[in-house]
Amino acid sequence: MSGENIDRENIDRENKGCEMWMEKLDSYVDGELPAADERGLVEHLESCSACAAESLKKVQLKRAVHAAGMRFVPDSAFRARVQAKIAARQPFRWNRLWLPMLATAMVLVIAGAVSLNLSRNRRGEERLVSELADLHVATLASVNPVDVVSTDRHTVKPWFAGKIPFTFNLPELQDTPFVLVGGKVSYLNQSPGAELIFRVRQHQISAFIFQERAVSSGRTGDVQNELSFNVRSWSQNGLRYFVIGDASGQDLDKLRDLLKGVG
Amino acid sequence: MSGESFEQVAMPYFERLYNFACWLTHDREEAEDLVQETYFKALKGFSSFQPGTNFRAWIFRILRNAFLTSRTGLKATATVQLDLEGEDESLFAVKETPESMMLQRLDGDLVQRALQELPVAYREVLLLCEVEEMSYQEISTTLGIPMGTVMSRLSRARRALRAGVQTLQLQKPQEAGARG
Repeated sequence: MSGENIDRENIDRENKGCEMWMEKLDSYVDGELPAADERGLVEHLESCSACAAESLKKVQLKRAVHAAGMRFVPDSAFRARVQAKIAARQPFRWNRLWLPMLATAMVLVIAGAVSLNLSRNRRGEERLVSELADLHVATLASVNPVDVVSTDRHTVKPWFAGKIPFTFNLPELQDTPFVLVGGKVSYLNQSPGAELIFRVRQHQISAFIFQERAVSSGRTGDVQNELSFNVRSWSQNGLRYFVIGDASGQDLDKLRDLLKGVG
Repeated sequence: MSGESFEQVAMPYFERLYNFACWLTHDREEAEDLVQETYFKALKGFSSFQPGTNFRAWIFRILRNAFLTSRTGLKATATVQLDLEGEDESLFAVKETPESMMLQRLDGDLVQRALQELPVAYREVLLLCEVEEMSYQEISTTLGIPMGTVMSRLSRARRALRAGVQTLQLQKPQEAGARG
């Protein structure tokens, strides 16, 4: 066998080796090559400049596609639209979430009705608080407690546009114990307003916002009604705010301060 | 996942799904319709979704199936053979020249254009692997094809992309010359 033939055989053997490893390069750059194969391939790459260059090209292309591929960004209005629609369309799970609360809430509704009879002769502000307590209890008892279900303030606030004759701001709740559950339109003295439901631990709190003129009577401040709901109310920029719930007074104070901060 | 609502589980994928939809449809309005349809379908089927299985692969699969049955999807798969495993490899042969053997910095714009011109079956597998960084197993679930097919299709898709980038690289100086 001549020297030339031996060289050719060596080259063929090397080429076959490269062919085998080349086939595995894609899996290697994707991190999907079994450990045993990976060790062999790494050894081969150390001694074969052609395979090493090919491997580098594959990595380069992979990175380029990664960078070029993340190209299209949806606008926030589209995201909000889809989020609002899916929030409105998921009653099944929502119902299950509220079922445990239903029994408790029914008791409160009955208590609320009794309380309503007893409070016929209350003064204006007491009647107002009682009415808000009833609205709050009715919300807790409802199968669909809110009409816009979302934890995202950027979804909840725009949902009210066109439904109530004013606008309001919602605070950022990250790093607070409060979670926004959703909202719905509520009525007081035939005037529409916003009812926002917040959760703090196991308690639900309703925050009502009405125009000042819809709430002609009633003083602002801290109240506790017969149902043991705590109430905080204040006026700000022509709007009247009420937060009501069975959460502690401190929790209501915190939520009031958050709402006041952006009101 | 059992305690989480559909919204909590699904919304984090919104941007990703939209990007994927744009690449598939080449049209932002169609992509919006596709993403919306995907979310409604996923919401409808969420009660039957098995917690612990791969939600990402599941929702991407819904989007991809919705695309395939859309007018654009049907057109794309009617004009281009979806199963390209029997494809003549010479179609996408990369002709190495001394220049191309040199490692060049890949122009992002060229890569985007080459990616856009790939057949949909190649484009989607590349996007799932490189952009979504899915494992072969996840891609297999998303596309509903065996793992072996994922590997061979990826390999062909990469070859096709390289060939496409090279062609565009060769055209680029001519385009610049024509403008000048």
